[in-house]
Amino acid sequence: MSDDINVKPGLRESATFDRNTMTEIRRAAETGIYDIRGFGAKRKLPHFDDLLFLGASMSRYPLEGYREKCNTSVTLGTRYAKKPIVLDIPVTIAGMSFGALSANAKEALGRGASLMGTSTTTGDGGMTPEERGQSTKLVYQYLPSRYGMNPDDLRKADAIEVVLGQGAKPGGGGMLLGQKITDRVAKMRTLPMGVDQRSACRHPDWTGPDDLAIKIQELREITDWQVPIYIKVGATRTYYDVKLAVKAGADVIVVDGMQGGTAATQEVFIEHVGIPTLAAIPQAVRALQEMGMHRKVQLIVSGGIRNGADVAKCMALGADAVAIGTAALVALGCNHPKYEEEFKKIGSAAGFYDDYHEGKDPAGISTQDPELMKRLDPVAAGRHLANYLNVLTLEAQTLARACGKNDLRNLEPEDLVALTVESAAMANVPLAGTSWIPGKGF
Amino acid sequence: MKTINLAESTVRDLNQALHDQAIECTEREWEVLEPKGQHNIACGLDQNISVDIKGPTGYFCAGMNKKAHITIHGNAGQGVAENMMSGSVRVKGNASQAAGATAHGGLLVIEGDAGARCGISMKGVDIVVKGSVGHMSCFMGQAGSLVVCGDAGDALGDSLYETHIYVKGEVKSLGADCIAKEMRDEHIEELSELLNRAGVDEDVTAFKRYGTARQLYNFKVDNTAAY
Ligand SMILES: Cc1cc2nc3c(=O)[nH]c(=O)nc-3n(C[C@H](O)[C@H](O)[C@H](O)COP(=O)(O)O)c2cc1C
Repeated sequence: MSDDINVKPGLRESATFDRNTMTEIRRAAETGIYDIRGFGAKRKLPHFDDLLFLGASMSRYPLEGYREKCNTSVTLGTRYAKKPIVLDIPVTIAGMSFGALSANAKEALGRGASLMGTSTTTGDGGMTPEERGQSTKLVYQYLPSRYGMNPDDLRKADAIEVVLGQGAKPGGGGMLLGQKITDRVAKMRTLPMGVDQRSACRHPDWTGPDDLAIKIQELREITDWQVPIYIKVGATRTYYDVKLAVKAGADVIVVDGMQGGTAATQEVFIEHVGIPTLAAIPQAVRALQEMGMHRKVQLIVSGGIRNGADVAKCMALGADAVAIGTAALVALGCNHPKYEEEFKKIGSAAGFYDDYHEGKDPAGISTQDPELMKRLDPVAAGRHLANYLNVLTLEAQTLARACGKNDLRNLEPEDLVALTVESAAMANVPLAGTSWIPGKGF
Repeated sequence: MKTINLAESTVRDLNQALHDQAIECTEREWEVLEPKGQHNIACGLDQNISVDIKGPTGYFCAGMNKKAHITIHGNAGQGVAENMMSGSVRVKGNASQAAGATAHGGLLVIEGDAGARCGISMKGVDIVVKGSVGHMSCFMGQAGSLVVCGDAGDALGDSLYETHIYVKGEVKSLGADCIAKEMRDEHIEELSELLNRAGVDEDVTAFKRYGTARQLYNFKVDNTAAY
C-alpha cells in the first residue's frame, strides 16, 4: 500500500503486515474487543468489473439506442401470489432497518423508489408509517428478531421477505448499539431505551427447510395468499440454499453476496464469511434451471451493485432484478464530502465512514439523533435516489441494446466474457479472447 | 355455532371463513372438528370470536392471533400462538416447542407441559403453563410474563430482557443474565392476577420469581465469557 512517489530506500511496506493490518493489531491490543462496523467487505474481490460485454457487430444485431425500446419492467411473485409485484425497473431498494437508518432516510428511500416505480423494503425494527406512506410498493421483512412484527403490517405489505441471512454476515445476527436506541426505536422493538439490541441469527419458531415450508404457508394463510413471499439468503452454499428455498415454497429468492452492506457487524465477519456476488449468481441460476424454475421463481441479486453495468451483468448471468443498499445510501448523501470537517471530528473521513452503529452520521442517514437527522431532506434526497435509479436503468438499457436485446432480461451469459481466470471460473463465462471457461460444468 | 370439519374442508377454507369475520362478524362461536394435526389452523384471526378445535393441531396454530379466543382440545404442535397480539389461546393438552414465540400480547394457557423454548423472544404476551417447560424457555424474552406451575428445564431465561418469570417447581438451571429475585407484594399481586385470568388454582406463595440481572444489556468486554 505504499505511495509510489514516496518510496525511499529502507522503507518497504510489508504486503502481509500492511498499514491497515498493523492498525488493526494495535486497535485490538488497546481495546480487547473485535471491531464492529457497517458497510460491506472492503477487500478487493472478483467482481462485476472483471466482466465485459460483447457488443454486437457482424454476428449480432444491435438495437438503436435512442429509437428502439428496451423493456425494463419485471414481475415478481408469479408462482403463488394472487397479487404479484410489477416493478418498472429491475432495481429495488434492499431491506435496511429503521433504527439503523433515520426515519427521514427511510422516507427518502420510499420516495425515490416510488418515483421510479420500484419497491423498497423494511428491515429489522418493523414498518414505519413514513415508509409505508411514501412507498407505493413495500416489501416487509420477516426476521429472526421479529421486532415490531404484527399481522396488520403484514397485511399492509406488498410482499413479505423471510430473511435467513445477509451477505455481509451469513450465519450471524445483528446488533444495534444502545446509543441509537431512542424512545421511538425502543418502543417499536419492545425493549428498554439504551440497551444493545441483539437480533437473533436464527428464527425462534422453526429450524430447517421442512419447517420453513410450513412457516411460509402460515404467512400465506395469514395474508390469504395475496402477496409474494421472498426468501433472502446470504451467499454461501447458494446452489443448495436456492434449491431448498424453492422447495420451501418461495415465490422469489434474494441472494446477497459477501460485498453486501450491513448496519453493524464484526469486521472479521464482513471480510471472511460468504462468497462474492459474482460467484453466487451462476450457482443460484443453475439450481433454478435444474428445477425448471428459472424465471418462474424470480431471482433478486444484491451485494456491491453500483452502476448500470453491474445491473446488466447480474441480469445477463440470469437474475431477474437486483437490490441495492449501500449505493442507495450514497445517492441519498451518505459519506458526502460536504461533511468532511465533521467526519474528521469523529475520527473518520468522507468516503471512509462506516461506523453506522455509532449513530453519529454527519449526513443524517445512519443516525437517530434528531439534530443530525434534520440535515436529510427526505424530498430532495428521494429525488436524488430517483435520479440515480434512472441512471442505473439507462445504463443497463444502453448495454442491453448494444447486445441486441429489447428486454433487460434477454441479456444472457453468452453476452459476457471475463478479464481474469478467477472471474471466468466463478461467472462461468469464457476468458476474454478465448473459449475457455475454467472448470466448465462446475 | 358454526362447525367446520377439516376432514371435509381445507385449512385454507377454514381460515378464509374465519378471516372474513374480521370484515363482518356473522358468527361468534366456531367449532373445528377432526383437525388431525394439520398445520396453520386458525392463524391470522382478527375478530372477537371463539374457536374450539376438537383435537390435536400441527405447527403454528393460532399464529399471530388478534382478539379471538381459541381453545385446542388436544395437543398443539410447534409455535402455537406464535406472535399473538391479543385475545387468548388455551391448549388443553401439551404444547410442542416455541409455544408463544415472539408473541406481543394476549394470554396463552397450556394445561399440560410445554416443550423447549416456550416463550422464546416473547414481547408482551402472558403465558401460564400448568405443567413444566423445556430448556431455553423465555430465551431473549423481552416483555410479558411466563408462569410455570411445574418445573423448568435448562437455561431458563437466557439473555433475558424484561420478561417476568414465575416458577413453582425446580429450575434445572438459569441461563446467562437470569437470576432469582425477591417476590415483593407487587409480584404476588401480578402472579395472582395471571393465575386468576388463566383459571389456574395455585398457591402463589409457593412460586419463585426470576428476572434479568441486566448485566448483558450493553456489550462489555468483561462479559465475553457469557456470550
Ligand atoms: C445500513 C444498512 C442496514 C441494513 N439492514 C438490513 C436489515 O435490516 N435486514 C436485511 O436483511 N438486510 C439489511 N441490510 C443489508 C441489505 O438489505 C442488502 O443486503 C445489502 O445492503 C446489499 O448490498 P449493497 O449494500 O452492496 O448494495 C442492511 C444494509 C445496510 C447498508
